Amino acid sequence: MPEPLIELRHVSRRFGDTEVLRGLNLSVRAGETLVVIGESGCGKSVTLKLMMALLPPSEGDVLWQGRPLAARREREIARERLRFGYLFQGAALFDSLDVYENVAFGLRQNTDLAEPAIREIVLERLREVGLPASVCPRKPAELSGGMKKRVGLARALALSPEVMFYDEPTTGLDPIMSDVINELILRIQATRPVTSVVVTHDMRTVRKVADRVAMLHPLARLPPDEPQIVFEGTADEAFATDDRRVRQFLAGEAGERIQELTAA
Amino acid sequence: MSSGTLSSPRGSFVHGLGSWTLDAVAGAGDLALFALRMLRCLFDRSRGRSAALECTYRIGVLSVPVVMVTGAFIGMVLAVQAYDQFRLMHLETRLGAVINISLVKELGPVMAAIMLAGRVGSAMAAELGTMRVTEQIEALRALGANPIRHLVVPRFLACALMIPLLTAVADLVGSVGGWFFSTQVLGINSFHYWHHAYQYVTAYDVLCGLVKSVFFGGAIALVACHRGFHCGAGAEGVGRAATEAFVLSFVSILGLDFVLGMLVNNLYYTVWANATTLM
Repeated sequence: MPEPLIELRHVSRRFGDTEVLRGLNLSVRAGETLVVIGESGCGKSVTLKLMMALLPPSEGDVLWQGRPLAARREREIARERLRFGYLFQGAALFDSLDVYENVAFGLRQNTDLAEPAIREIVLERLREVGLPASVCPRKPAELSGGMKKRVGLARALALSPEVMFYDEPTTGLDPIMSDVINELILRIQATRPVTSVVVTHDMRTVRKVADRVAMLHPLARLPPDEPQIVFEGTADEAFATDDRRVRQFLAGEAGERIQELTAA
Repeated sequence: MSSGTLSSPRGSFVHGLGSWTLDAVAGAGDLALFALRMLRCLFDRSRGRSAALECTYRIGVLSVPVVMVTGAFIGMVLAVQAYDQFRLMHLETRLGAVINISLVKELGPVMAAIMLAGRVGSAMAAELGTMRVTEQIEALRALGANPIRHLVVPRFLACALMIPLLTAVADLVGSVGGWFFSTQVLGINSFHYWHHAYQYVTAYDVLCGLVKSVFFGGAIALVACHRGFHCGAGAEGVGRAATEAFVLSFVSILGLDFVLGMLVNNLYYTVWANATTLM
């Protein structure tokens, strides 16, 4: 089996006194689309940021192509990180820049391309996510949620990344725009040799894009000796599993958690 | 003695004081590391669009009106407050010396810095805090930019380089304000007013005020950016970062003013060992 592109080995992450991830083992193989699901607050976005080296682990190792990040210099990590694209949950567009400058940011920052070449790439990426050139002068505050996500996607794709991280790409969008984003993810996978990691709550996204699914469980309700990933397998296996927690999550049923409401 | 008897219960005064001290020491250490990282980035000439010019305009040029208004009133207030005492001693014409030396050595640099902390420091902390809350700072890193180089360095440079000019504006306008009130309202002779001012205010005094202001500007930018980078979640976190930025900048300005004032005096006496006064 080829070496994983990204691997988390016994990774734990704490914020102050709160432990979010404990002893996590998860790997991403080249070319696959891994979808990470789980309840809010279980550490999905943190997992994504650990993979991208935007956060350091409290314990354990993050490996890129078999080499731990701890053994790399900060400058090397910053350079290698350019092989990854990241679509943030709220798009995280730079407020002070217009759409064009947002998409061009990575190109200006990391390449010596001339302005005509940058313009060509920016317009191509915007076209790829279904946005016309007329949005270029608009500021992020003037865009709808779906447009922001698409501009964020165009910005992440500008440097032609080998790995794409999507942090809840469809959250807060209407069903039609959610499907547009899912289709875009599929189109990107079809047109580029890209590996994808998607964090989502959206079961349509799971069904549509996942090669493999991993489900995280919140530590607060996990026995101390149980691994935090309560399920790992294909999307079909996820929907057929007997594990109550997975079935409950996939079906969107509160189950025994409704008792928290009555107890409160 | 068991450890239980040594420890203070949570919520007690001693526990609170210990906790506050630890937080303060950790915060100061973190600010020092932040400043070191910023200094390292200051000399990094890697590519990327610099926002220094835009920051210079926002921080320097747009602060001129408020600094002018403050300077004018400070000059006039000094005249109002000092006039009665000087008149009792029949030394009204010496007001020119008192007003101008107070302005160039202390009030000009400190008031310009306080105005900058209020107008720009809080806004910088709120802007960077919002960027942190909305993951824009992480997005910068994801796109290969160093957030400290990209966001902090231009603000630091703009504050440190523009504040001497703002101080000079405050000195100048304050000086004119003090002269105007003294001569036009209080009826002091203009020639004697300026004669005493020239006699007592030296270029060293003016220079010390301008040099001190560079440290004030640097401190404002560092404190404000540090608060913004460590902003808590949500609107409450951004609001708190803006308030903390102003309060900590204010305290830093006064603390630096005290330390630099002593250094400047000692330097004067060391270089001009025979001098008996500063004038």
